[in-house]
Amino acid sequence: MSDIVLETRGLTKRYGGVHALEDADFILRAGEHVAVVGDNGAGKSTFVRQVTAVEQKTSGQIFFDGREVEFADPLAAREAGIETVFQTLALADDLDVPSNLFLGRELFKWRFGPFSWLDRKAMRDRTLEALKTTAVKIPNVDNPIRNMSGGQRQCVSIARTAAFASKLVIMDEPTAALGVQETAQVENIIRGLKERGIPMILISHNLRQVFDLVDRIVVFRRGRIVASLNRDETDGNDIVSYITGVKGGADVADA
Amino acid sequence: MAQTTHGLGGLKYDPTKRTRAAEWNVFFALLLIVFIFEVLNRLNGSSFLFNMRDNVDAIFNKQRLDIMILQVAITGIIAIGVTQVIILGGIDLSSGSLVGATAMIVMSFAQTALVNGNPNPKAIFGDWAMDLPVIVPIVVGMGCGVLAGVVNGLLIAYTRIPPFIATLGMMVTARGVARWWSNGQPVSFPTESYSHLSNGDILGTLTFGALPWPGQNPAVVFVVLAILFHVLMTRTVYGKRSYAIGSNEAAARMSGINVDRHKVLVYTIAGCLAAVAAILLTSKNLTAQAGMGVMYELDAIAMAVIGGISLSGGRGSILGTVLGAMIFSTIISGFTSIRLDAYYQEMVKGAIIVAAVVLDQWRQRQRARG
Repeated sequence: MSDIVLETRGLTKRYGGVHALEDADFILRAGEHVAVVGDNGAGKSTFVRQVTAVEQKTSGQIFFDGREVEFADPLAAREAGIETVFQTLALADDLDVPSNLFLGRELFKWRFGPFSWLDRKAMRDRTLEALKTTAVKIPNVDNPIRNMSGGQRQCVSIARTAAFASKLVIMDEPTAALGVQETAQVENIIRGLKERGIPMILISHNLRQVFDLVDRIVVFRRGRIVASLNRDETDGNDIVSYITGVKGGADVADA
Repeated sequence: MAQTTHGLGGLKYDPTKRTRAAEWNVFFALLLIVFIFEVLNRLNGSSFLFNMRDNVDAIFNKQRLDIMILQVAITGIIAIGVTQVIILGGIDLSSGSLVGATAMIVMSFAQTALVNGNPNPKAIFGDWAMDLPVIVPIVVGMGCGVLAGVVNGLLIAYTRIPPFIATLGMMVTARGVARWWSNGQPVSFPTESYSHLSNGDILGTLTFGALPWPGQNPAVVFVVLAILFHVLMTRTVYGKRSYAIGSNEAAARMSGINVDRHKVLVYTIAGCLAAVAAILLTSKNLTAQAGMGVMYELDAIAMAVIGGISLSGGRGSILGTVLGAMIFSTIISGFTSIRLDAYYQEMVKGAIIVAAVVLDQWRQRQRARG
């Protein structure tokens, strides 16, 4: 079973009495792109937050890269190789593009604790390189990103993820606030990840996008995983039936 | 595509253009203010920039410049720390009171035993604390700064109370300490070496007499600290983290920056800078009084604000604050040069602080509209 990148067993999260995520068994294989879909409040984001340790799970197990993991915080998850694009942009508006790309993992000329000297040229060069491979066009990377469009900012966020992606990429609604052109650009980055063989979990409301991009679709409903379907063996109506509970209701009771 | 339209309300901007550094606007404002005072002076037949006395026309008035730098040096040192705290997204109201408390405590360890052959009339401690080497009061003073800064930082980082409240508490407490220390009595008569800290000529000594600048040590320290922290804020990860936290604390946290530890560090540095100011101030004045440093924190904040800082954090610079301090002292010197009453000075100072922010916001909206 060495080709399994991420596996969760019985992953559960409760906020007080609210069962946000219940007994989620999930498997992601090497090179696989999986979409997570479901209605608002179905537990998609909660699921991601447990895997990336933004929150601590109530119970269950997470296996990543062949061993069980207990990440203390998002940084630990990131250091293990999980790169995440969060729904709310994790960008610092007043910093330029290189500073945002390298936020928390700066390159140094020499190290002296909190006063370590930044290697600004190396960071800038690698930023331009990363933007080139992701085909993102940012006219001037030295400007603070405050003045950039929503699409450009999202592209910076995704370029950061793609540039540092090692073992797993998770994207939570990456195109939710974007225009048509910008969405296409993000989708191109995702296809680039597929070509590089980097596995991905994509949370999306956009079924057209989901069918375009991923291999498998996992449906969440009311905190539970109600279906896991290969893209070629299902269609939009089928997925919507699971999302709304027309299908799969009986299975849930047993699971 | 030179111009793009995007986002809410179709805001326009030219993405290829590098945004001009905000400090330039502050610099132009400084030049404008100098120009205005020069004109106002010329109307009376005198000059702001040049020494017109004894009919020696057009000799640059170095004395005025010296006074201008010296009178903002002490508050300017505080403003360097306050600037870093505000960039971090915080505020420090305690620096003025901290100057007062540190001044009293430091001076008690800097006293000399004999004043004109008589025992020191203001002695706080016994003989053991008299004529100590100058390093002792310096270490004690820095210790006060570190202590107050660490307490500020820990309160803000770990109890999550707003910086305004935490440093307001410190402001009141430190002023209390300053008054309690000697029951409100001034602490005076420092040793020769202590008074030399401010009144000596460090620049002249370091340049082997090439650049004598006696009595201007606070100004030298101010300039050195300004350059040091300008470099730290722009070239090292210390500044990068400060800007990141002030800009988006959640993002900084998610990126793995130890936000709480960094906050403690920045508030500690601010405390140390207030302590440096206290040492230089007492050395300059040869005495410490419980009321020292009143309103310094607000002057420091005002300098930062005039220098283009954003009180919501993430934006601003040491250079801007230094320029803000220069505007501050230009206004004071300028009004003195045209013999305007001190009361008017305060009023105009207030108006200029507000005008600086209004202009800055107006400029930003203009830039957003393109």
